[in-house]
Amino acid sequence: MSTIKMRSKESNGVVTVKALIKHPMETGQRKNKKTGDMIPAHYIQEVHSKANGKDVITIHWGPAVSKNPYLTFKYKGNKGDDVEISWVDNQGNKDTKIGKVK
Amino acid sequence: MFRKILAVILLLPALSVLASPEKDFDKFVSYFKDRFPNTPYEDYKNGVYSIDASAREQWEAMEEFPPYELNVDRGEELFNKPFKNGNTYGSCFENGGVGIRQNYPYFDTDRNKVITLEGALNDCRLKNGEKPLSYFKGKELAHVSAYMAYTSRGNVFNVQIPNTEEALNAYEDGKRLYFTKKGQLNFSCADCHVYQTGTKLRADIPSPAIGHPTHFPVYRSGMGRLVTLHERFAGCLNRIRAKSFKGGSDELNNLEFFTTFMSNGLEVNGPGSRK
Amino acid sequence: MKRRNFIKNSMLFAGVLTTLPSVLFAKKSYAAWPKTSFDIKDLTDSVKSVYGHNNLEESSKVKLKAPSIAENGAIVPINVSTSLENVDSIMIFVENNPQPLSSGYQLTQLAEPSIGTRLKMGKTSNVMAAVKSGDKVYTSTQEVKVTIGGCGG
Repeated sequence: MSTIKMRSKESNGVVTVKALIKHPMETGQRKNKKTGDMIPAHYIQEVHSKANGKDVITIHWGPAVSKNPYLTFKYKGNKGDDVEISWVDNQGNKDTKIGKVK
Repeated sequence: MFRKILAVILLLPALSVLASPEKDFDKFVSYFKDRFPNTPYEDYKNGVYSIDASAREQWEAMEEFPPYELNVDRGEELFNKPFKNGNTYGSCFENGGVGIRQNYPYFDTDRNKVITLEGALNDCRLKNGEKPLSYFKGKELAHVSAYMAYTSRGNVFNVQIPNTEEALNAYEDGKRLYFTKKGQLNFSCADCHVYQTGTKLRADIPSPAIGHPTHFPVYRSGMGRLVTLHERFAGCLNRIRAKSFKGGSDELNNLEFFTTFMSNGLEVNGPGSRK
Repeated sequence: MKRRNFIKNSMLFAGVLTTLPSVLFAKKSYAAWPKTSFDIKDLTDSVKSVYGHNNLEESSKVKLKAPSIAENGAIVPINVSTSLENVDSIMIFVENNPQPLSSGYQLTQLAEPSIGTRLKMGKTSNVMAAVKSGDKVYTSTQEVKVTIGGCGG
């Protein structure tokens, strides 16, 4: 199942993209209360977005971004555009999703 | 006026033999109308956000894309996942389990007990050869409950209390727990959520009593997970250092019965986003 | 005519030569994740590592939207937008976090300079939004209070 939920809406030539990504965004500073071990850092570092194959925005995140991170941005675009969002985390995991602009 | 209402509410437990739930409801609602004259009744389903503007703004920012959407998706998957015998949760409920949150809790006059939604889900599991699940820690039960609440949004609560001694006792039991001071801190639920609602308790503002059950289970940002109503009840009891009760216990079922009756006329709006 | 073509062709050839390596590796050259900047614990040093200098100019054209008292430090909604033009990037610094740089947004020409996210804040802190427009960096700062609740747990 995709980790990325997104909604994109166009108004007056500007598309507002909203995305919610399922990810623990673990800082690496927390301890496992039961074992006493540090919980390893596990957070999204890069998010890229394209519209109809053209780069829109490149985002760099650190561990201070909240768990199940939310993102919103805008770009000059149209209804029916294909918006692609992809992410990579510090452990090398990735995911991508494409959605249409309403 | 305030003192009179206070006195009346304090007397409520003593008047249990003569009290009628409908009269209690009217007193409750008129107390809150006086306390928060600018809050429209239907807004109470939003808890503290109906009475605190700056918290409301942040809650609205969360509602732009609430984290619980991920839980509702997961809840839908779990709701539709068959038990070992091939049945699903939907088979135990009216309308396949969709859009029915507002029908809970209800008093089952055959079993003489309050049935909550989570209780009914566990009954369904037992009936189909599965083990009951925990109300705590935001796991499967919370997720399925969140999905079912989500499908019922907008439906209105209308808890009925059958005119039997057992049903009235369950209601009174819940009411008594609500108004009795307890624990090391000697608080009653009412102390925070009736008398002190809207004031500051350290950095928190206690939410009003009306509308609590409508938005459960909640996604608590601070805990990063779902919390059911019973887990919240138990948590509050722990906070005031009182004896707590288990999820699905008679005590918490009756408390849910009382508090939901007091929210009659409000819409289902779970799962909610909370800090 | 022939000379012009020759120059044009050789420039084209030179262009192809420089792009060839990236085509060969088939890797898109996005700005790399700035590990150093994300590790820095001091705000001034953090800003310097991102921009190469500390010449920041407060500007009312940078709009930072953040709550004055956060409901919960785990999830503070932050929005930054600006009417400035030619915006290359927006960075958000949380001064009192263990590492002030929280996130950076590299915009293309297609993007509008308006972003939002939710951040973790360890304690009450100034939050600074920094917008790079052309060669200059403009900022807007606001304090966000983070409190311990009362009875919510």
